[in-house]
Amino acid sequence: MNKYHLTHLKELEAESIYVLREVAAQFENPALLFSGGKDSIVCFHLAKKAFWPAKVPFPLVHVDTGHNFKETLEFRDELVKKNGVNLIVGSVQESIDSGKVTEEKGFNASRNALQTVTLLDTIEKYKFDACMGGARRDEEKARAKERFFSHRDEFGQWDPKNQRPELWNIFNGKKNIGEHFRVFPISNWTEMDVWQYILLEQIELPSLYFTHQRECFIRDGVIYAHENVIPLKPNEKPEIMQVRFRTIGDISCTGAVLSKANTLEEIVEEVAATRVTERGSRIDDKRSEAAMEDRKKQGYF
Amino acid sequence: MNKEGYLNMDLLRFTTAGSVDDGKSTLIGRLLYDSKSIFEDQLEAVETASKKKGEEHVNLALLTDGLRAEREQGITIDVAYRYFATPKRKFIIADTPGHIQYTRNMVTGASSANLAIILVDARKGILEQTIRHSFIASLLQIPHIIYCINKMDLVEYSETVFEKIKKELEAFSAKLDVKDITFIPISALKGDNVVERSTTMNWYQGPTLMYLLENIHISGDHNLIDARFPVQYVIRPQSTEYHDFRGYAGRMASGVLKKGEEIMVLPSGFTSRIKSIYSSGTELEEAFAPMSVTITLEDEIDISRGDMVVRVNNQPEQTQEIDVMLCWFNEKPLVLNGKYALKHTTKEVRCIVKDILYKMDINTLSRNTENKSIGMNDIARVNLRTTAPLLADKYHRNRITGSLVLIDEATNETVAAGMII
Repeated sequence: MNKYHLTHLKELEAESIYVLREVAAQFENPALLFSGGKDSIVCFHLAKKAFWPAKVPFPLVHVDTGHNFKETLEFRDELVKKNGVNLIVGSVQESIDSGKVTEEKGFNASRNALQTVTLLDTIEKYKFDACMGGARRDEEKARAKERFFSHRDEFGQWDPKNQRPELWNIFNGKKNIGEHFRVFPISNWTEMDVWQYILLEQIELPSLYFTHQRECFIRDGVIYAHENVIPLKPNEKPEIMQVRFRTIGDISCTGAVLSKANTLEEIVEEVAATRVTERGSRIDDKRSEAAMEDRKKQGYF
Repeated sequence: MNKEGYLNMDLLRFTTAGSVDDGKSTLIGRLLYDSKSIFEDQLEAVETASKKKGEEHVNLALLTDGLRAEREQGITIDVAYRYFATPKRKFIIADTPGHIQYTRNMVTGASSANLAIILVDARKGILEQTIRHSFIASLLQIPHIIYCINKMDLVEYSETVFEKIKKELEAFSAKLDVKDITFIPISALKGDNVVERSTTMNWYQGPTLMYLLENIHISGDHNLIDARFPVQYVIRPQSTEYHDFRGYAGRMASGVLKKGEEIMVLPSGFTSRIKSIYSSGTELEEAFAPMSVTITLEDEIDISRGDMVVRVNNQPEQTQEIDVMLCWFNEKPLVLNGKYALKHTTKEVRCIVKDILYKMDINTLSRNTENKSIGMNDIARVNLRTTAPLLADKYHRNRITGSLVLIDEATNETVAAGMII
């Protein structure tokens, strides 16, 4: 290999930093959607690098379903404090209380779909013209079709059949008033790339990603954390398990995996050996074959 | 994979163009499957979907066809990106539909690719679509083309058939502008020469497709001669610690810039020296393509987004009059004397289409100077005049500073991609 050569992680990093800077240059009021999961943590890490030594020139936006793990919220607040960034929280509970959305009922009720309304309301309230997020194309087949700069109409909707072609590294962020963009700086990263990068850069993560003992129960083959937001069916008996989370979302739609991985090295090894996608434990995607596409068309992240 | 292993991996972006029946999905499916990049739940979902549609075999195309409309109609309508990795390399596949009505998707997929895989059916030899795919690969200056002569199992693994097609392709590709061409006889269905070496084609001594993908030399693909640094964003921290810091952030489009080197800022023409190069908090001695860095200069010069830092004795052309090969993407046809927004590197200007010189027939590679109506998926040579000078290189020499897009000012849609001639 010659001297002028980048590794795959460095090339991905360079691409993502380029995208983050394009957003800051092309939009007046961008924001970074921050869930407290590893992908948004990596996005924030890349944003810090992109604008160093200046501060990250946009706020973090967290759509809080009210069903978050407490570890996620603690991590979020710590990160905000440490980096002196602005945090804006959109509350799904408020959307429910104000009657804008109706909570699902039943054992498998989830607030996942309700987030869309809260997110769009938050975007409108703060007049964000670009919302960046940590979605990756390898996650899900509808996301495999996403652009880096993804246009949303005035209703926040995605029109997958009418997307702007994206060539070389030229990004078209032009829009009319009331429309906005979703931007995905780590589109080309895989789950493995994200973990390798976290290891390489020694990025701090919520403790949920590492092995721990937790009271869990199993439903339809998925290991759920036993928390009061998911009502137990009569035959379900929670027990202590040695688990960690591969993805972090809402308590009601995030499955855990049995794992003893306690370090980033061990997680990278585990991810390399696994035969199931990380969204295999995401219940929100399993509702139908086009669940993600349908939600995204509505304005879901 | 150990830590040293993945720290030495590099990245290869390739494109595959092809239609439903030439075995492209099977080939991609095999690359993903044999490199263990298809997961159990993905395979399960595809199996269920195939059964639901009453198909006999597991249809691997359903893996890449992500949109509801695509699955319903059994066609690919958009570029899908797929990822896999071996211990040597990470691969990004831009999987594009091969029909002529999707030329725009092929062009999109090809724009960022280092390599193109073009499938040729061994029973049929060179077809119109072979010519089309090859032309687009050459037009977009993809440095490496691999022709996979597929379905060798259906021609009794015949060396004569392979050699005949190879000769025809060599003769034809001499007319194209491609640096590196390879031919491999394969059977995507049976797996011959894809990942595993074929046991039925001992007459073939060359590499398997996977070996080539893993080992093809790509570090020479970037232009490392012409230093071009389009300024993307100006970083001014306004903090006590970095009170006077004024950094120019951007991605090296090509070439190398070194600390201490004398540079010129275009279009102003002011000269200065590079004081420092940063990759966030780390100071570097030099920056090269495609790194994203921040540079500071010895002198205070007025620089903003859209300007370009270059070497004094190696400058791009500054011009308001350019000839480009244009690929049209929109249902609304190109308007002669029409005005469009134009994006080139980090600069945005407006332009007017002064002249349409000819339309390219991409099935026969002939130039049509009679019919100059340019609609969706057409490729044409046009002359543009811009409102402000572009800092342009020829696309042939530089894929970043030689490329541009046109945007409809009423709809904001990206209506065309252009390569500067």
